[in-house]
Amino acid sequence: MSDLLHVTSSPHVRGKDDTTRIMLYVIISLLPATCFGIWNFGVHALLLILVTVASCVLSEYFYEKLLHKRSTIKDLSAVVTGLLLALNFPSTIPLWMAILGGMFAIIVVKMLFGGLGQNFMNPALGARCFLVISFTGYMTDFSGYKDYVDAFASATPLATIKAGGSVDVMRMILGTTPGTIGETSAIALLIGAIFLILMGVIDLRIPGTYILTVAIFTLIFGGRGFDAQYLVAQICGGGLLIGAFFMATDYVTSPITPTGKIIYGIILGLLTGIFRIFGASAEGVSYAIVFTNLLVPLIERFTVPRAFGVVREKGGKKA
Amino acid sequence: MGLKTFKGGVHPYDGKDLSKSKPVTDYLPKGDLVFPLSQHIGAPATPIVAVGDSVLRGQKIAEASGFVSAAIFSSVSGTVKAIEPRRTTTGDMVNSIIIENDGAFTEVTYDSCEDVLSLSKEQIIERIKEAGVVGMGGAGFPTHVKLSPKEPEKIEYIIANGAECEPYLTSDYRNMMDEAELLIGGMNIVLSMFPNAKGIIGIEDNKPDCIERLTKMCASEPRIDVAPLMTKYPQGGERQLIHAVTGRDINSKMLPADAGCIVDNVETLISIYRGVKLGRPVITHNFTVTGDAVAEPQNFRICVGTNFEELLEAAGGLKASGAKKMIAGGPMMGFALFDLNVPITKTTSALICMTEDEASLYEPSACINCGRCVEACPEQLIPSRLADFAEHGQKGEFEKWYGLECIECGSCTYGCPARRHLAQSIKTMKKLVLADKRKK
Repeated sequence: MSDLLHVTSSPHVRGKDDTTRIMLYVIISLLPATCFGIWNFGVHALLLILVTVASCVLSEYFYEKLLHKRSTIKDLSAVVTGLLLALNFPSTIPLWMAILGGMFAIIVVKMLFGGLGQNFMNPALGARCFLVISFTGYMTDFSGYKDYVDAFASATPLATIKAGGSVDVMRMILGTTPGTIGETSAIALLIGAIFLILMGVIDLRIPGTYILTVAIFTLIFGGRGFDAQYLVAQICGGGLLIGAFFMATDYVTSPITPTGKIIYGIILGLLTGIFRIFGASAEGVSYAIVFTNLLVPLIERFTVPRAFGVVREKGGKKA
Repeated sequence: MGLKTFKGGVHPYDGKDLSKSKPVTDYLPKGDLVFPLSQHIGAPATPIVAVGDSVLRGQKIAEASGFVSAAIFSSVSGTVKAIEPRRTTTGDMVNSIIIENDGAFTEVTYDSCEDVLSLSKEQIIERIKEAGVVGMGGAGFPTHVKLSPKEPEKIEYIIANGAECEPYLTSDYRNMMDEAELLIGGMNIVLSMFPNAKGIIGIEDNKPDCIERLTKMCASEPRIDVAPLMTKYPQGGERQLIHAVTGRDINSKMLPADAGCIVDNVETLISIYRGVKLGRPVITHNFTVTGDAVAEPQNFRICVGTNFEELLEAAGGLKASGAKKMIAGGPMMGFALFDLNVPITKTTSALICMTEDEASLYEPSACINCGRCVEACPEQLIPSRLADFAEHGQKGEFEKWYGLECIECGSCTYGCPARRHLAQSIKTMKKLVLADKRKK
């Protein structure tokens, strides 16, 4: 044997999924919503998407280069952050704002805290909240919608409902309504979500409990009783679907423990319901997710699963 | 009937087609044979021969020292060349008896037993002990000790582990196809010692022919049944097997006997039959030489003490592409060898030669908290966190999050997308924590 043998600790074989492949699956799953968003909102939406992704990737690249760290842009996590962030923008914001958002998401929320796996809050949502607080006017201008008529008609469906109007639920399911670039089409988002579930990237523990809790909360506190149209509108609108399936399921900022995921989904649902129904704004998803992200370490600590065969009794292990 | 299984586990590439259908051929060694005095759990055996002594095949060369220990027998006839430390598959240097093979394979006469049913329980245990039978699934626990639980009347299940969940391995498969009568004979001997028990042979469903064959044979056996199991690694793990077959759960502080079960590998049960009925000690067993770098993957019946390198030559040696990794055992829990000049012991069942080493192909990257390790862990642990505690030396947290329950199966590391060395960190930390406990 002329070559030396490799010696490592077991196991000596590996599965085929790596971080990059998982990120690729997420990107693919967002393509239906992305394509629909570009169709619904026009060329500027496409520009925003490209610019945001570029801003995220380049921010990560230059940050790592400046600090002499190994470059991690190949793992595509910056691309995912950029895409998700862009899909959460109204289509009318200026490009410089998108660039700023990308830089904030990557440099502040992700890199300053230790890079991939160390961010304590969802980078895309963190950046979105930063922009909403700093540039509220721009970030709530939903006039980019292709069937724009006037400011009143271009309010997002949930805003319309809160103001007392009614919405066409079929349009919400299809997606031809005002809103952020990626959140409008329930169908496009669900196609992507099913793909992710089939690829084993996400399961229903978080999105399922989240959406169910919102539905039940709305049923009880929505003030409209069992109004099917209203309930469906609440689920399809306000970024709940994109939030539940693509943002709340972000691995890094959601609990790793199985029971923790369920509790996380329930808290998200409660907060979203509270913000929407009792809060001033019609939205609630971004803030609910960002806030509950902060609770995740606590949730994990209280939901450590009992190991196989161990009985969690005060007297010690079962003999 | 529905397939039984356990929660968790992974599905690595099966790899068994390389050697599955190759019939078992006897390999008679040519070179020296090396018998490490410790090839079982418990105290190392004490040599009862000296340098220069002549020995026969089947002769005892080392005595069990203490209750938890096992005897060792020569598998060839020849002369004791030396008694000195030699390298084993784990990389340790272990005191061993080296026997120079005279090539004649002259055997002792064995003391066979006409009617095993007439033997008392103590006599059976004695014969098993005198045959040097240990757990041949890999752990090497002395079988006569395992079959002497404190409360034998509480034993309700004798489980034969025919899962062979490690990829590539086909030695147990061949045992079940070729020596099924001996397996059932061995089970009946054990069942005769435990009147309240029923026998169950657990077989994964990637071996449908074994399931069919043994089910037919067990049709006429009132106390033995076959339990088909879902093919999933690590179904052959003792705790997972007991859970799947009986629904009972044990933790690291318990023995299977505490759950009324005794689990033995199929090769062990066959050895019990050979030992009790035929009076033959453990000097041979099935062994698979396989992997994509081996010229002729196949199954052998080897003599304990045979040199790995010699056996690889018998399988045609390596292909021209060479091998980057040689594993003694299976790919999930086996030991990577840096030198093939090591002996086959009672407990190693395979040599796998891989052209590529998957474990070193990737650089570990940051944990993304994806939870695949959590889904994979058959012990319901959080391997990612345990590895973090291990890497930061946090012994207290490691124990609190049930790190000591880890069975070191490697499922977590197999599926980790960040390619973290989870199993390695956890295994190392377990050793440190257990060593600390022993000091106290």
